[in-house]
Amino acid sequence: MLKKNEIKVGDTYSEKIVEDLKRTQIVQYAGASGDYNPLHSDDKFTKEIAGYPGVFAHGMLSMGMTGKMLTNFVGDGTLKKYGVRFTNQVWPGDSLESTATIIDIKEEDGETLAEIAIETKNQDGATVITGSATAKVG
Amino acid sequence: MSKIKMPVEKSHIMMFARSIGDANPKYYEEKDENVIAPPTFIQSSAQFDPDYFLRPKIGGDNWFGSGKEATGMKSSGSGSGGGGAAMGLHAEQHYEYHQPLKVGDVITAEVKPGKSWEKESKRAGKLKFSESVTEYRNQDGELIITATSVGVVTEKPVEN
Repeated sequence: MLKKNEIKVGDTYSEKIVEDLKRTQIVQYAGASGDYNPLHSDDKFTKEIAGYPGVFAHGMLSMGMTGKMLTNFVGDGTLKKYGVRFTNQVWPGDSLESTATIIDIKEEDGETLAEIAIETKNQDGATVITGSATAKVG
Repeated sequence: MSKIKMPVEKSHIMMFARSIGDANPKYYEEKDENVIAPPTFIQSSAQFDPDYFLRPKIGGDNWFGSGKEATGMKSSGSGSGGGGAAMGLHAEQHYEYHQPLKVGDVITAEVKPGKSWEKESKRAGKLKFSESVTEYRNQDGELIITATSVGVVTEKPVEN
């Protein structure tokens, strides 16, 4: 858990959340989450029917990997909110880095909360996720 | 109304954590049942939806992915997690956590339709957005997570 006297607005935390994303990891996510949308594992379908150059990651895989950066930063069980927009697709071979920035620290209903902005970028600097989170602070 | 009834299990959390590359030792220690699920774990409640349309059904031939041929058979239906047949993509996902999601919880879900809207995009033509709100409750009826999912159907594949 973040400590009130150890954080300030503007603090950032970054993590490399995946290096050279493998197709197999996408399949692993499909199996664990139960989302077997063929866009993520079925190259033939994705090229011939959907019209994309090949399979790509579930948005929820990117959100899940971004979420591990977030829990590593704020601690387990401290999140009040976590939300994202998927702004670009994530492809096999991509390497992603995710950054959390504290944008506000406030008191609400007797709790101290940190408001956090989130951004995940790929190796070309393109943003694949923008988001925000609220975490309890000790 | 969804028929999801999801027992939150330690081994499922471990497999999910592996798939997102989360090395937090809490997810892997066999004896420790005192585990809070990763923040997006509830998405795997799809495993417990008997009608989830993004899973091939046993004995079913209505799957829209490829076998000998790339079928693209249209599949209708909705569920948590956006996505969809062919042109459906996940646009946004938001969670509000009311209580920690823990091993041993048995979760039921109630899905409510939300707003829908349209937008023009240079990269993908006309975009049709639709929102759904899912309330996840535990075995005592307590609200654990509220999830808002926004799916988008694009007129053409997104240009990259």
